[in-house]
Amino acid sequence: MNLSFHLQVINLLAALLLLISFAMLSQRRVVGLVTLFAWQGAALAASTALVAWSTGQHHLYWSAALTLALKVVAMPWFFYRLVRKLDINREVEAVLNIPTTMLIGIALVIFAFNLALPISQMAGTVTRSTLGIAMACVLLAFLMMITRRKAITQVIGFLAMENGLFFAATSASYGMPLVVEMGVALDVLVGVFVLGIFFFQIRETFDSLDLKHMERLKER
Amino acid sequence: MEIYWVLGIPLAGGLFLAAWGNRARAPELNALFSLATLAAAAALTMRIVAEGPIMVGDGWFFIDSFNVFLVALTAFVAFTTALFSRPYMRIEKDHGRLNDARLRLYHSSYQIFIGAMLLALTTNNMGILWVSMEAATLATVLLVSLYRTPASLEAAWKYFILCGVGIAQALFGTILLYFAAEKILGSGGTALLWTHLNGVKEQLEPTVLQLAFVFLLVGYGTKVGLAPLHNWLPDAHAEGPTPVSAVLSGLLLNVALYAVMRSKVLVDGALGNDMAGNLMMGFGLLSVVLAAFLIKRQTDVKRMFAYSSIEHMGLITFAFGMGGPVASFAGLLHMTMHSLTKSAIFFAVGHATQKAGTQAMDSIRGLIRTNPTIGWGLMLGTVAILGVPPFGVFASEFLMITTAMHEHPWATPFLLTALGVAFAAIFGKVQPMVFGETELPRLPHQPALAPVFVHLGLVLMLGLFIPPYLADWYRQAAALLGG
Amino acid sequence: MTAGLILQTFQTVLAILLAPLLMGWVNQCRAWLQGRAAPPLTQPYRVIRKLFHKDAVLAHDAGPLFRFAPYILFACMALAAGIVPTIANDLPFSPAADVIALVGLFALARVFLALAAMDIGTAFGTLGARREMLISFLAEPALLMVFFTASLISHSTELPVIVETLAHKEFVIYPSMAFAAVAFWMVSTAENARIPIDNPTTHLELTMIHEAMILEYSARHLALIEWAVALKLFVYSALGIALFVPWGIAPAGDLAALPLAILALLAKMLAGGAGLAVLETLSAKMRLFRAPEFLGTAFMLAVLGMLTHFLLEA
Repeated sequence: MNLSFHLQVINLLAALLLLISFAMLSQRRVVGLVTLFAWQGAALAASTALVAWSTGQHHLYWSAALTLALKVVAMPWFFYRLVRKLDINREVEAVLNIPTTMLIGIALVIFAFNLALPISQMAGTVTRSTLGIAMACVLLAFLMMITRRKAITQVIGFLAMENGLFFAATSASYGMPLVVEMGVALDVLVGVFVLGIFFFQIRETFDSLDLKHMERLKER
Repeated sequence: MEIYWVLGIPLAGGLFLAAWGNRARAPELNALFSLATLAAAAALTMRIVAEGPIMVGDGWFFIDSFNVFLVALTAFVAFTTALFSRPYMRIEKDHGRLNDARLRLYHSSYQIFIGAMLLALTTNNMGILWVSMEAATLATVLLVSLYRTPASLEAAWKYFILCGVGIAQALFGTILLYFAAEKILGSGGTALLWTHLNGVKEQLEPTVLQLAFVFLLVGYGTKVGLAPLHNWLPDAHAEGPTPVSAVLSGLLLNVALYAVMRSKVLVDGALGNDMAGNLMMGFGLLSVVLAAFLIKRQTDVKRMFAYSSIEHMGLITFAFGMGGPVASFAGLLHMTMHSLTKSAIFFAVGHATQKAGTQAMDSIRGLIRTNPTIGWGLMLGTVAILGVPPFGVFASEFLMITTAMHEHPWATPFLLTALGVAFAAIFGKVQPMVFGETELPRLPHQPALAPVFVHLGLVLMLGLFIPPYLADWYRQAAALLGG
Repeated sequence: MTAGLILQTFQTVLAILLAPLLMGWVNQCRAWLQGRAAPPLTQPYRVIRKLFHKDAVLAHDAGPLFRFAPYILFACMALAAGIVPTIANDLPFSPAADVIALVGLFALARVFLALAAMDIGTAFGTLGARREMLISFLAEPALLMVFFTASLISHSTELPVIVETLAHKEFVIYPSMAFAAVAFWMVSTAENARIPIDNPTTHLELTMIHEAMILEYSARHLALIEWAVALKLFVYSALGIALFVPWGIAPAGDLAALPLAILALLAKMLAGGAGLAVLETLSAKMRLFRAPEFLGTAFMLAVLGMLTHFLLEA
């Protein structure tokens, strides 16, 4: 347990990331969710920058800047606008009640930690133990997507999952090659753009962004 | 050099058609771009056949027999679909279901979708493979919801979210792969290059690769439409415009399976056991059986054939999972047959539903009377996909089942039952559609169904006789897959 | 030994004397934040003095339990103030400063208060007691989990050892403590009857919890209870300081560090009180039925902290 200081800070940021994931799971309002998402992005950018600084991998600075620009500034701004424009900041309807969701969340965290433990033990990188946290974040975001009814919350869940993946990439192996990261960022950006269009289409057709209107296509 | 044309033409086409809008001749331009892509792909194929595997652009692109075969198939089906969509979409517009803006979106996205798939096939970088798979999904989301009906929006939403989640799992798998590779190849761009990975696959950490493969299989498997992750597929196929259904079913599923296979080769090398193969066999078998029984309950014709796609992708996955030269050969052959046949069926179905004004099978009757061309097209396509000799599907299914009998006898009853059930269900439903009684008069004009018969002719030909160079080519590709 | 005893007495008396001041500071900050004219800092002292000068009135049905309860409450809190390391570590009472014992001590005080509230048989007393029990049975496990997380790091449930490990060894960031800190804050709002679980200034029958229990008390009994409540807030603050920002607490037997320790304590209490006021102003009291969810979240965060400890720090 003799880690250097910046590693401790990275560990702390990892813990914060997980904390925010849990907070998102318990958040009822869309605006609160967006704010938490922005904070998560900030923690992610900070940890990426720290990894870049401590290991001298300069391309990670780009990833950090990209994260900051996209996930802390651009997307939350877009979502805030969307929420205001579509007037959807009412309480989020959850499929399961929040305490049950949290209990499942804890179970998922234990599962993820268990899964990551053997890998963490042999990883050569200094930020190895955070892999479990990254996996837990991914699973928690997944859970959020499953348990929320509103389209926008599902999307935020999707992006939070992406955050977890990004964190896995930086923590486990100092980030992917820059080209790949750029590609991923581009995909996410286009994805959000497509979604923006999509939200308006859904809204136009159903007069609501609640996905319970969208249960016609089922196997009968 | 050809590779840049193969990738550049669809991309340029997409941008150009976005700028051009739906002016006169946009559909023709769409077909023209597809034809140019096909020509470039043909040139590339010739070169690979002559020179063997090549690496282009500092190792960023890698083309061997396995992917060049899919490149050729993709370019071909993309071209015929573009041909088919020209009259089809015009009629849709006349019916008032589409307007100029949506057609512009359609043409532009179509080209970008094809470009993304071709990039996924030719890239040597597992990361770029992921990126282009995601790009292909994004390009088609808005196409599925092109009609803006509540049902199509729902289908597109499901498609986006489920495939998004799935593809996120695949990204995690890719990260784990990189994580394992980086220790041996060093960090940086080269650690995700498939050829590099393939060179050192025995040294990769088995525990990590095992986990990585599970994620990759689940991730890309969602896109292949493997049960139980198949939920998006029937909806997206049924609610999107027919040309989109045809390319989704005939091409996108193949490309996703291609991604799984590339991963499997690495994992097999690292693990030295059958874990990956067994997983694929399990998923494949489950898909075949589940889809066969769900086919029986369908009332919507496009949905029914979407389930049939799940069934056939399951079969192919199962065959690749078995491994070995014969099974891999059969899998590749079946991939080709399925792409050609299924897109032909969707073309015919598209015209049939357009004429009937509904996709409900109960309301489509007596096609042979109202329009013999559509009727025969649908009937022949159905017979072909059900594996009736002498069509090519029979050959590939026969090879698969005999291999399964030999190597995994326990799976044979499931496969045969599923195939039987699917046969009875599909045939029983298509037969009245084609030969049933109807009061409708004969249609005045002939539909343009040339692509259907071209596809079915090819399938028939390959069932009777596989040209030696083609067989060689399949054998080489099968060997690459570890056969 | 004598030095230790003197120090022990000094710390306890200091805590008892300073407690109303902390309460006054929090009230003042709150008033400022709400744009009201603030009561003077010494207001709690004046209230207590005034109450001591009044004649006690007891209900007809009040039993001896009702009369003794305030004393027991105050004694428990004074004892707690003695054993939690506020300015110095490793005092004569320290062997008793086990966190589990501490939780038990709080529980003892609460049980007596609840019994006393039910003793006179008014509707409000019973209502308050039942609500208090509901809240506390949810809060206690969470509190224990927080303590366990802290004790995993120092391999001991004794507060002096925890403080020793955190403050006087090499500086290490413990991510698990981030979770524990959030959980601890949530629990302490519930235990101290603060917003968002309870509102210390309300007398609205639908919402009050703590106030409902002490509605029948007057004069010196009420003064003792008010003082005990202030003391409890002080002890919780001291606990939070000891667990999460222990730097500055004087190490065992080091008298020279004492002035600095007192200064550090004052600074941390000022900051903590202001922080509490800010949080109280920003949040709204939640419905009683939301409380289980709130405390369940606290519990899960504490559990997460433990898990994080095993992953990141083990």
